Amino acid sequence: MQIETKEMGKATLVHVSGEVDMSNSPKVRDILLGLAKKKAPAILVDLGGVTYMDSSGIATLVEGLQETMGYGGKFRLAALTPKVKQVFDLARLTDVFEIFADLASAQEGL
Amino acid sequence: MRRFQIEVPSDPAFLRMVRTAVDTLCAMGGLDEDGRCMIVLAVDEACANIIRHSYGGAADKPIICEGKLEEGAVAFTLRDFGRKVDPGRIQPRDLADVRPGGLGVHFMRKVMDSVEFEDCGAEGTCLTMRKRLPAARKG
Repeated sequence: MQIETKEMGKATLVHVSGEVDMSNSPKVRDILLGLAKKKAPAILVDLGGVTYMDSSGIATLVEGLQETMGYGGKFRLAALTPKVKQVFDLARLTDVFEIFADLASAQEGL
Repeated sequence: MRRFQIEVPSDPAFLRMVRTAVDTLCAMGGLDEDGRCMIVLAVDEACANIIRHSYGGAADKPIICEGKLEEGAVAFTLRDFGRKVDPGRIQPRDLADVRPGGLGVHFMRKVMDSVEFEDCGAEGTCLTMRKRLPAARKG
């Protein structure tokens, strides 16, 4: 799993790729909660390169969403692969998150 | 009958090894990529629960994973030697309550056709999960 952050105007892009599981989701959590602690106005999580995600990865994103919403920030997900979308569907979380087809549309309105 | 058995330590870094073995057996059973991906998730979640709950996060305890292609189904048994779990208390949580965590059992029950926990001796728990293969469903 690789994770990189980049400032994009008002938003912070978090690009995640590879397999997200119990062994590395704490790293994703550290980065997302670190951004939330700094009250980043908008966090865009690009999941386009994620080939696998387990419930610990999902839990990490839920936590990031809740923390960001707590101070009025935006938390958006972009480019879910079909495999990851399947897991979101299973968890019935597709309506909980703001999910965009790609990064460009996720940046609109920020 | 095609089967495998592997023993991995309860270290999350080894979950990928279990996923690869599960995916390989499911492919031998003729499951397509979508079907395989979901079964891999179910077995992975079961292993993660063993690490978290049976072994309390210890990374050096054994997990034995057996997979087999049965008549019209694929079956996986996970054996641990940690804290015993009361099968009656293993329930998926209410998904309307959006919060981090607690999704693993929901995934297992949603994906697999059967999920059975059994007491298997002095220590630990055996968990067996089965999924019918597509050809068997048509029949």
